[in-house]
Amino acid sequence: MSKEEYRIIKGQVFVPYELALGKTWSYFYDCLREEKIMGTRCRKCSRVLVPPRSFCPRCFEAMDEWVEVSQAGIVETWVYVNMPFFAQELKIPFISAQIRLDGSDAGFTHQIAGIDLSDFDRVRKTVKLGGRVKAVWSKEKKGSILDIAYFEPVK
Amino acid sequence: MGRAVAIIGTGQTRHGRRQDVCYPDLVKEAVTAALEDAGLALKDIDGVVLGTMPSMMEGVSSTHFYFADAMGAFNKPVMKVETCGSTGQSIGHCGFYWVSSGMADIILVVGSEKMSEGDGQATMTTVFDPFFQRTFAAGAPGVFTMQSMEWMYRFRIPEEKGREAAALISVSNHDNAMNNPYAHIRTRVTVDDVKNARIITYPVRLLDVCPASDGACAVIFASEEKAKKICKKPAWIKGIGFRGEEFFYGESDKSIWMSATEAAKEAYRQAGIRNPLKELDVAEIYNPFTYQEMIFYECFGFCPRGEAPDYVLKGTFKKGGQLPCCPSGGTLCTNPIGATGLIRMAEAALQVTGKAGDRQVEGVKLALSHAMGGVDQFNGVTILGSRL
Repeated sequence: MSKEEYRIIKGQVFVPYELALGKTWSYFYDCLREEKIMGTRCRKCSRVLVPPRSFCPRCFEAMDEWVEVSQAGIVETWVYVNMPFFAQELKIPFISAQIRLDGSDAGFTHQIAGIDLSDFDRVRKTVKLGGRVKAVWSKEKKGSILDIAYFEPVK
Repeated sequence: MGRAVAIIGTGQTRHGRRQDVCYPDLVKEAVTAALEDAGLALKDIDGVVLGTMPSMMEGVSSTHFYFADAMGAFNKPVMKVETCGSTGQSIGHCGFYWVSSGMADIILVVGSEKMSEGDGQATMTTVFDPFFQRTFAAGAPGVFTMQSMEWMYRFRIPEEKGREAAALISVSNHDNAMNNPYAHIRTRVTVDDVKNARIITYPVRLLDVCPASDGACAVIFASEEKAKKICKKPAWIKGIGFRGEEFFYGESDKSIWMSATEAAKEAYRQAGIRNPLKELDVAEIYNPFTYQEMIFYECFGFCPRGEAPDYVLKGTFKKGGQLPCCPSGGTLCTNPIGATGLIRMAEAALQVTGKAGDRQVEGVKLALSHAMGGVDQFNGVTILGSRL
């Protein structure tokens, strides 16, 4: 039997979810509406994490002190994504990045945009590791991480 | 410490696009091959361990139910272990624990994936948290590229040097896969081919990235007493290490990668290895991305931090070098994810027992195998030896 004679059946699984953000993350999103980026500080190691956490993953201590962090920070790393896949939320090409916001102690995952992304060579000259970026807010707040529309390079 | 444990049989499918078999039949192919290799029948098996990627990969949940028949699990204890890319090492470790504890004498461990049937990167993206990071996730390439960029920046590795070394790694893995009858991608490539391939996630290009493969691997673990009785040349487990780190990418420094470093250290401690570059004879590293393979060299102590590209450029890790890496062609040429970490372990077992055919490295006594999983979160290492 040749390969072509084996049959394929197309299938799909679709399951809707309602995911609870809980107290800490609900407050983070409430603050995004007011254009504030909030983190929490660990009682033991004093690190400030954004997104905020109810407990420190390393110390296992409560992180219940809220801290407003800066809306600007440095690019710890970034990636120019030019690869499509099913149910991708952002249109390619886009830049995904780790941004260390001033006043926080970890990379915050978001996108870098506000520049022409079509020509990679130009992108490479604009987006720098260790370079500074600042938040640009969406006019309409939907209660999602894209309430911060993107981070743009600061000249 | 528990009892000594050996690998006494391994089996792999022909990996690639396997539309000629349904998923359970693919699993059975590997199980049958492992039983034949060990000279055992199903009745000799005390229990079965399975591992795969998340259910979204093929759209069937809890695949240990689906594969129970193919694994010969009727009336036997069955366990499923799942740690994303590091699944293959995790299930091997589980087989080791089970036998080492004395609760079983012979355990069958099976890893599998049929990636042609779903969307691997869409599946990978569901490993990210749903609230903060998933929106910006770009499957495995997105993460591993960010990590590679961070690493090159941290150690001031010039872009051209990193590019050249990564291209050489791609060429070397593709050359090695030509010697491996099970490998998915079996074509030679040149440095220029790699450098000019389509951009996936810059600076990573198509030939820096593994394929999505269908394949399964089965490995049989036995106690010292059984291994000595059944098997002429067992591959002894000398040390294992597994470490995890925080869930959110961005919280740890992935350029020095604690979980990879500490997993290897623990395995070395158990195996009594002090200088891995000198003492190891071969390494099967989980290398779905060329750049990332260099980070592993550093985490595993094969070379100082930031110097992996220099070692690659002088040929330390290629065939005939001081420490040949991935003589099988590695994950870069074959990646049925749930099976991949176990394939690394099986290949290391073949190397220490002299059964690796055309890809055999001369006189291997100690071999490292490894796998990494999640959003750069987990790492597992197993050291195999020719002597107890």
